[in-house]
Amino acid sequence: MYNFNYQTASSADDAAAKVSASDEGKLLAGGMTLLPTMKQRLAMPSDLVDLSKAGLSGISVAGNVVSIGAMTTHDTVANSKEVASAIPALAKLASGIGDPAVRNRGTIGGSIANNDPAADYPAAVLGLGATIVTNKRSIAGDDFFTGMFDTALEDGEVITRVDFQVPETASYIKFPNPASRYAIVGVFVAKTAGGVRVAVTGASPCVFRASEMEAALTANFSAGALENSSVSANGLNADIHASAEYRAHLVGVMAKRAVAACS
Amino acid sequence: MPRDDGIGAAVRRKEDFRFITGRGSYTDDLNRPGQAFAAFLRSPHAHARVDSINVSPAMAVEGVVAVYTGQDLADAGVNGLPCGWQVHSKNGEPMAEPAHPALAQGKVRHVGDAVAVVIAESRTAARAGAEALEVAYTPLPAIPNMKSAKGAVATVHDDVTNNQCYDWELGDEAEIDAALAASAHQVTLSLVNNRLVPNPMEPRVAIGDFDHASGEHTLYTTSQNPHVIRLLMGAFVLGLPEHKLRVVAPDVGGGFGSKIFHYAEEAVVTWAAAKLRRPVKWTSDRSEAFMTDAHGRDHETTVTLGLDADGKFNALKVITDANMGAYLSTFAPCVPTYLYATLLAGQYTTPKIYAGVRAWFTNTVPVDAYRGAGRPEATYVVERIVEEAARQIGVDPAELRKRNFIAPDAFPYPTPVALEYDSGNYAGTLDKAMAAVDYANFKSRQAASKAAGKLRGIGFSAYIEACGIAPSAVVGSLGARAGLYESGAVRVHPTGSVTFYTGTHSHGQGHETTFAQVIAERLGVPIDNVDVVHGDTNKIQFGMGTYGSRSLAVGGSALAKALDKVEAKAKKIAAHLMEASADDVEFKDGQFTVAGTDKSVGFGDVALTAYVPHNFPHDELEPGLEEQAFYDPANFTFPAGCHICEVEIDPDTGRTEIVNFVAADDFGNIVNPMIVEGQVHGGIAQGVGQALLEGCLYDGDGQLMTGSYMDYCMPRADDLPNFKVETQVTPCPHNPLGVKGCGEAGAIAAPAAVMNAVTDALRSAGVSKPIDMPATPSKIWSALNGA
Ligand SMILES: Cc1cc2nc3c(=O)[nH]c(=O)nc-3n(C[C@H](O)[C@H](O)[C@H](O)COP(=O)(O)OP(=O)(O)OC[C@H]3O[C@@H](n4cnc5c(N)ncnc54)[C@H](O)[C@@H]3O)c2cc1C
Repeated sequence: MYNFNYQTASSADDAAAKVSASDEGKLLAGGMTLLPTMKQRLAMPSDLVDLSKAGLSGISVAGNVVSIGAMTTHDTVANSKEVASAIPALAKLASGIGDPAVRNRGTIGGSIANNDPAADYPAAVLGLGATIVTNKRSIAGDDFFTGMFDTALEDGEVITRVDFQVPETASYIKFPNPASRYAIVGVFVAKTAGGVRVAVTGASPCVFRASEMEAALTANFSAGALENSSVSANGLNADIHASAEYRAHLVGVMAKRAVAACS
Repeated sequence: MPRDDGIGAAVRRKEDFRFITGRGSYTDDLNRPGQAFAAFLRSPHAHARVDSINVSPAMAVEGVVAVYTGQDLADAGVNGLPCGWQVHSKNGEPMAEPAHPALAQGKVRHVGDAVAVVIAESRTAARAGAEALEVAYTPLPAIPNMKSAKGAVATVHDDVTNNQCYDWELGDEAEIDAALAASAHQVTLSLVNNRLVPNPMEPRVAIGDFDHASGEHTLYTTSQNPHVIRLLMGAFVLGLPEHKLRVVAPDVGGGFGSKIFHYAEEAVVTWAAAKLRRPVKWTSDRSEAFMTDAHGRDHETTVTLGLDADGKFNALKVITDANMGAYLSTFAPCVPTYLYATLLAGQYTTPKIYAGVRAWFTNTVPVDAYRGAGRPEATYVVERIVEEAARQIGVDPAELRKRNFIAPDAFPYPTPVALEYDSGNYAGTLDKAMAAVDYANFKSRQAASKAAGKLRGIGFSAYIEACGIAPSAVVGSLGARAGLYESGAVRVHPTGSVTFYTGTHSHGQGHETTFAQVIAERLGVPIDNVDVVHGDTNKIQFGMGTYGSRSLAVGGSALAKALDKVEAKAKKIAAHLMEASADDVEFKDGQFTVAGTDKSVGFGDVALTAYVPHNFPHDELEPGLEEQAFYDPANFTFPAGCHICEVEIDPDTGRTEIVNFVAADDFGNIVNPMIVEGQVHGGIAQGVGQALLEGCLYDGDGQLMTGSYMDYCMPRADDLPNFKVETQVTPCPHNPLGVKGCGEAGAIAAPAAVMNAVTDALRSAGVSKPIDMPATPSKIWSALNGA
């Protein structure tokens, strides 16, 4: 690890200001991605601006909306009674991220800001059509994930919370990478006020919606309805763990299982 | 009543209090006054010429004390790393043994090969210095695997023009070919034994220290055998005499073989500490471990089994290519030869066996012994082909094995591949395992799985291993450049407590408990009064260390012999105290008695008399009570048994779940059944890891693709079922404790059991072409979908 300046932020705006004022500052959330990268000397930020005291953690439910503060840990979401009763699929997704140590440090804000192609949360954000609220604006889930490790966030922009509309039903099933346990393929299926949504993570460089599947499920929300819809292997990820064809096949299998698991 | 802390008792491990309370003392916990830190610059290329190294930018980094390159070592007369075993090719030529410099000289030969070392006031400064070094490389064509080594498109070593280390054989090829041709059935398989990264929990660490006043060098290192390191590094690399070189291997967090070998970093820090006259510490990080710890396995084999019309094995032919990596690691040459081909008889009476083994250099990390070392590879070959034969000729795999087992009354049994098995009962462990797995009802379980859309398969592995390594005369004649006896010294203190000094080394095995139990049993002292000391060449007279499941079979035998001597002397002292003849004195449960009288004296009183010899037979005995023994085994020991694995495959994803795993092992007598069971569990976990999860991969340019846990899949608890572990006791007839060794069995047996089960499950779906390890979901899915 290279040397850096450590600063704490008292609010999202304070954090944004401190990052902007620094040379090459970075926001620090749970550090579960950022710190290993720094330890391997692959990143050398001049400053780390710690969000842990910025008042960004906590879960609240108002009407039909579950709001999760950016600094809320995976473990908190996984064990939240509110989340479990409003959107059980979200709690289950959080409980399947990494291991206990990672879940006790890693945050929803850090996860979606990082937009790892194999991360779990992006599938929920896209699959539930959530809204990402920052210190500057609100961004629709559909517009947030712009590419591999890339988001609509501007430099220094701080996610403050994520608002999830409670769906009629939803489910997330992932096929974990045997080594890392990130998603080789994860599929989030939801029946929302705005229609059926199917979000796929792990399979391609960026989380995406499987529109053919959404159409099939809109016509008939059952696993059987997916029998004839598939995802093309074209452009999907291929690595030592899974070929593009295998991933395309797994999208179908996970989608069917997710639909079957929707009650 | 048997002691609750003696032989056979499931005593909790004495050492665990220290470990689970964070009070262990590992090498990285040690810090010497005034210590500097070393960082190695490692090659990013698989194969390149090193045209120049500019050290000035590194020297300019704040805190950097010194930078050394291969040239500096050569100028100082530091030699390359030695190889401890010489194999001869079938044409009589000695193996190719290219130089293995501690720091690259002119060329780098694998990703991670050390180019230079930077020594600085802090780890951070040392790393910054290493990054600042300017090295000009000319990349050369890489040999990433054995196929390209054979093609010899380039040479890993200029002086080995065909990239071949040796071409070795055992047996008469023409005779075996003829026997195969005459067989009613011939069954052939091509198998890959996948390359593994050992991954002990504790990465390697080395601290060099030098006392200018006494001229004594000290190396603290994460080693399984400090005396061997002292010998190799002192005598061959640095030219330091034993009395001026101390090697300490304190608590060591696992090794699995990878910490047997002498590594460059050990020599470099020892040398640099003397040069700089200050201690130098190096701690490997996990990424370095992946590209510098010797890897394991990496064989490609074609095997043919010939059977007669009744299913009796006529002949076995095995042709294996073995990857040595870029350099010969300490014991690499013996692993695919004498630790492999000699086990190809397995548990069977196969009369004719031929093994041809070619070893190759490639631009990859050196490969050497890894838990089981050669014996897992042999078991994998034998048990895969036997099961394949059973399926092909339509005989139940258990039945086919029984037809070919060496009978329990046939021991000692000389095999056609140079070993003499000492004892065994193979049908016994097979039957035990079959009962434990409920083999009789497998078909109905398979049908139930099928109804649920799953594929169920079952697989056997009736393994044998040669442990208790090893008779020195035998291994010497086979090319070992060392003897493989063991030493032990029992020091009885004046009040009867005992310290045992052993040349074996515990890095997770529980020696501090097992050896203490043997002493408690023999001397009648509670194990709390016994301490076991190991891992320091200044404390222990000599030792060959721990590997090859040898500690109890060889080191424990040295202990038993030392205890014989202690008892003999103590009896004489007791006889003197009781005014009896030593021949009449009996020793039991810590009491010396004289037959037919009520005279008795306790062990503690005898010990005290030995050290306060007021009333003592001075004309006959010296005071004190301390005895040492060396033990050189008469033969290997031959633990054997049967593991059966049952899997269920989800055809939609290709994922395999192990639904049942049973082990019936014969380790001879057992000192601590709990420790033995733990060793079996750990071994099976590693074997399952090899079969389903682990695989070290290089790309076509020789870049390591599995350099972290993001891609290299270690087995985790939730990958494994609850194991059913049972034992059968057929004592070893030739060592004093009747023990055989248990440390490697799981890793030896499990891969074949798992892969036979996977193959069986796939066959139930009509897939007859076997797949190679690791049987990942993606491979299985591809196999099921005809890819
Ligand atoms: C061993 C291991 C296993 C894992 N397994 C999984 C898994 O199975 N599935 C999965 O999805 N993830 C997994 N993760 C990732 C982990 O769950 C975290 O979600 C992830 O590391 C990022 O969250 P963090 O809070 O640690 O962010 P950090 O590492 O602190 O930050 C990550 C990035 O996000 C930026 N950032 C952080 N917070 C904000 C904010 N509020 N606004 C704007 N930018 C911000 C940071 O500047 C940084 O660039 C794993 C991680 C580890 C170490």
